[in-house]
Amino acid sequence: MSASVAALDAELDASPPVLLDLEQQSLRAINAALHSIGEDATQRRWRIVNPRGRHAVAVGLNAPVTVEILGHVGYYCAGMNQRARVIIHGNAGVGVAENMMSGLVHVQGDASQAAGATGCGGMLVIDGNASARCGISMKGIDIVVKGSVGHMSAFMAQAGTFTVLGNAGESLGDSIYEAHLYVRGAVTSFGADCVHKKMTDFHKEELLSKLKAAGIAGQVDIGEFKRYGSARQLYHFHVDNAWSY
Amino acid sequence: MCGIVGLFLKDRSLEPELGSMLLHMLEAMNERGPDSAGFAVYSQEKPGFIKMTLRAPAGADFAALAADLGAQIDEVVPVRSIATHAVMEVPAEHWPRARALLAQRVPEIAIVGEGTRMEVFKEVGRPSDVGARFALLHMVGSHAIGHTRMATESAVTTDGAHPYSTGIDQCLVHNGSLSNHNAVRRELRREGMEFATDNDTEVAAAYLTHRMRQGDDLASALERSLRDLDGFYTFVVGTKDGFGVLRDPIACKPAVMAETERYVAFGSEYRTLVDLPNIGAAHVWEPLPSKVYFWSHAS
Repeated sequence: MSASVAALDAELDASPPVLLDLEQQSLRAINAALHSIGEDATQRRWRIVNPRGRHAVAVGLNAPVTVEILGHVGYYCAGMNQRARVIIHGNAGVGVAENMMSGLVHVQGDASQAAGATGCGGMLVIDGNASARCGISMKGIDIVVKGSVGHMSAFMAQAGTFTVLGNAGESLGDSIYEAHLYVRGAVTSFGADCVHKKMTDFHKEELLSKLKAAGIAGQVDIGEFKRYGSARQLYHFHVDNAWSY
Repeated sequence: MCGIVGLFLKDRSLEPELGSMLLHMLEAMNERGPDSAGFAVYSQEKPGFIKMTLRAPAGADFAALAADLGAQIDEVVPVRSIATHAVMEVPAEHWPRARALLAQRVPEIAIVGEGTRMEVFKEVGRPSDVGARFALLHMVGSHAIGHTRMATESAVTTDGAHPYSTGIDQCLVHNGSLSNHNAVRRELRREGMEFATDNDTEVAAAYLTHRMRQGDDLASALERSLRDLDGFYTFVVGTKDGFGVLRDPIACKPAVMAETERYVAFGSEYRTLVDLPNIGAAHVWEPLPSKVYFWSHAS
């Protein structure tokens, strides 16, 4: 992430979008149009209207373009995203930005379950709340949730950062590997092997950089966050446990 | 999979549109449940009467049946046939006798639901077709729940379709599967509950009915079900005055709700809600796991 959300907004104001209407064209046609954007395309701003909760809107993008979606979307919106910036002016259903590789997905409302699941890179910003299993099996994505997250979030989280300005539900970080979790509010309970960890200068810097990228640096005090991560008791082989195998 | 929907009208002026609103919600759930569909509509009460929704094999003569029943109880029994179903209005004092007579004289006829306000319709088929067959478009009422089925725990039959009704004006639709339904069914049978099918959802409906007969209100019956029912579920429950929603603690099954000044709506997905009036201004949220939600008209 280089550009902040604020810078992106400024850029968006400058160029008119191509309108794609899901009431007029099929989802398949619209996704195909977005997939066919070439490397040298000059049109870099697209706007999808009338999503009406449809699934798989703007999935599989792989171009440095901005796609705005006006309204609530269904499952798997912006899944497998690469390089594109997808801004959802509404709520997102299950699995928004799942398996994202790079780029930015910004949900301006709430997100349902498994937001950012298995994401390998890029950034997912959720302005509202995310429900259960946010960041499940994340593998390098940066997730910033301005509200709270539901139960079993960051389950088996392997790499990347997971930042929550509100609270986290039950069993945060169950069976976590090496993802970095930063939570400002309360954590209902921890999953297996997830523990409170010291916030070092490195982590403060990391957190600040993610807040910056999400366009909210300066709006929240990083001193209010606590860091959580793996106790490394669960996934490391320990010779004393050899008899168990 | 399966899709479930619920609609509760706060604004009585919307009541003539209940059927068309619910039909659109069900149609949006065709893909989640293409096997079968069903719905319960809570319409005007006729004081002193119980509405019995009956289902018969194709070609049944419900008018003759009502005349026959009327002769037995010495009353006129109004009947309204809708496709394979009929709604018979039986004077409340003759209702137990009417049930017994039906079981004895026409055992092939199933009682789908009974209530002072509730009417229940369900069939095998694509939800949009099922809705059309029963002329849901024109139904009027204060609230309704519906279901589109993709069978997992029992066969694709009308008996396997939801809603399940196990008590007066009570019915339930379910997305998910219960893992301890056989054990709970055995216990409820010992307590005197009767079952028409092997379906897991019928067990959940009977469980709630049983708890309410023990004195629980719907909210406490739902609370207790968190302890006694094991499995995956999102339940939407209809009662005479309102409807309730409960998701299991793991909350794998999807759920979204919308509320405006005029209505409260539930859907498995937001797609079900998009044609509701002024949905753009609704408060839309995902109900929390293990939390009982309930709306009712003061009775």
